[in-house]
Amino acid sequence: MLHDRDRIFTNLYGIHDWRLVGARKRGDWDGTKAILEKGRDGIIVEMKESGLRGRGGAGFPTGLKWSFMPKEVGDRPHYLVVNADEGEPGTCKDRDILRHDPHKLIEGCLIAGFAMGAHTAYIYVRGEFHNESNNLEAAVEEAREAGLLGKDACGSGWAFDVIVHRGAGAYICGEEMALIESLEGKKGQPRLKPPFPANMGVWGCPTTVNNVESIAVAPTILRRGAGWFSGLGRPKNTGTKVFCISGHVENPCNVEEEMGIPLRELIKKHAGGVRGGWDNLLAVIPGGSSVPCVRASTCDNLPMDFDSLAEVRSGLGTAAVIVMDKSTDIIAAIARLSKFYAHESCGQCTPCREGTGWMWRVMERLVKGEAHIEEIDTLLDVAGQVEGHTICALGDAAAWPIQGLIRNFRPEVEARILSYQKSASHAPAGTAKETKAEPAKETEAA
Amino acid sequence: MSSPSTNVQQPESFAFSAKNEKAAKEIISRYPEGRQASAIMPLFDLAQRQSGGWLPLVAIENITARLEVPVIRGLEVATFYTMYNMEPVGKYLVQICTTTPCWLRGSDDVVSACKKNLGIDLNETTADGEFTLREVECLGACVNAPVVQIGNEYFEDVDAESAAKILDALRAGKKPKPGSQTGRSTSAPAGPLTSLTEVE
Repeated sequence: MLHDRDRIFTNLYGIHDWRLVGARKRGDWDGTKAILEKGRDGIIVEMKESGLRGRGGAGFPTGLKWSFMPKEVGDRPHYLVVNADEGEPGTCKDRDILRHDPHKLIEGCLIAGFAMGAHTAYIYVRGEFHNESNNLEAAVEEAREAGLLGKDACGSGWAFDVIVHRGAGAYICGEEMALIESLEGKKGQPRLKPPFPANMGVWGCPTTVNNVESIAVAPTILRRGAGWFSGLGRPKNTGTKVFCISGHVENPCNVEEEMGIPLRELIKKHAGGVRGGWDNLLAVIPGGSSVPCVRASTCDNLPMDFDSLAEVRSGLGTAAVIVMDKSTDIIAAIARLSKFYAHESCGQCTPCREGTGWMWRVMERLVKGEAHIEEIDTLLDVAGQVEGHTICALGDAAAWPIQGLIRNFRPEVEARILSYQKSASHAPAGTAKETKAEPAKETEAA
Repeated sequence: MSSPSTNVQQPESFAFSAKNEKAAKEIISRYPEGRQASAIMPLFDLAQRQSGGWLPLVAIENITARLEVPVIRGLEVATFYTMYNMEPVGKYLVQICTTTPCWLRGSDDVVSACKKNLGIDLNETTADGEFTLREVECLGACVNAPVVQIGNEYFEDVDAESAAKILDALRAGKKPKPGSQTGRSTSAPAGPLTSLTEVE
């Protein structure tokens, strides 16, 4: 069990003052200069030792990512870009950091920026987070006035500024290359890698894109030491993590917990349990909409971390736990995600542009059962053709929920089709013998 | 990702107000020399707010000329991002999230209640021009589902009844309280806190 003394986001719920005075009381901006005095290499080594893996979904080691930036600053300035374009269905953790703990993020920007030779950080916040951006901008202003940012940030001699850039409603801009394009003032269509952003990012300059949570935890890690952070969680899955528990639980909430906490404990302790009790659980999407769902039978003893969830062919993703009880029409729940991906596809790569819409249409038919059994395999085949054949991971993200559904709930999908076909008027062409039967009413219920 | 409609009465000219002109200059200064094209999104947002919630073509032309980018790129940006409205919207833009986490918590009921209350379908505006109703994708407040965004504000933990109350209040010229409609504190679990009880 995680103690409050080991929690990083001590104002997660905004109960206390989010402004500088309150943030300082909670320990933010304490000894920042001393942290910077560890030097670029010192900071990066400590971040690597902490074992922090990126909190935006992919779980790439943060310290290692920072080390990819060129050692010397050449003609082109270096930039830190913070990805606050939070939009992965199920995920709402960065929102709380932006509005309730903005100074942790800003201090993290200074430290991370310094460690990669950047004098400027751009924080790309999704446009819908209007009030959250206002808080963040106010906090940046406070930090400037207090000399924590500016020509001599925290008295370190390092010039540093943070700029808030607001998006305008496009999930794809959470993809780092699309975000960079968007920051350059274009539509958010991902660029092919390589060149990687550390070599050629925003405006052709070396850039590192990090998630809000990854940056916001950095100051506390460096203050308390890599050993403290790596002592929490499990090897290769260290530290704490903000979990977002949504769906069919008694008390949906965000909560910071230790990595590797068993799913059942997480839900019971913080979210009041599954609606109708644990036995009423049908399935869980453990890491945001892009990761495959897992059946209740897998959830009994499931540690919530990157590697444990990969073992059950899902993923920690953004740690957004979407809980579905037995009342859920799981096919409809996943079909709604297919609609989401079809809507959010940027249209650049053909497999995704055409595939997401096609998959959604088939999924809508599966919800009704209006399909042939063989179409399940056709759908899987198409999902496999989208997956891995696009510039960015949105194609994969669209395929995985469908693959997870069929892997885990194939009997349910088949039963839906058979039940639809049983009503004679809906039998596939060639098998219908009775033509006078009433159309089934089940479509309305669905 | 709307496209400019040919039915829309487009204004003939656009210029930032004195206050917004100052803001526009400040926005452009946030980006490095020669990279002023980056200001296109915040400037579109500013222009949209000044124009009563939608982005006229002439504003796109004005801003792209100022930033020295081709008009077509401005149109690309304006039509790519969902938050730019290419035609007028109601005074209150009611956007209901119906993505899976909200759907699991009853967003269908919220959609029905709003349709009924306003007497319009999705993507329609009331005859008095007060309300536009839309379905949107994930608003990123999933532990407070279902969520409805009206203007800048998020209304959270909404159900059919509270959604109707919010709309009634707006219609009566009142300012309904944003955030959780069940009275809980932001994203904390309802009831006693399960964490952060030992600090401060």
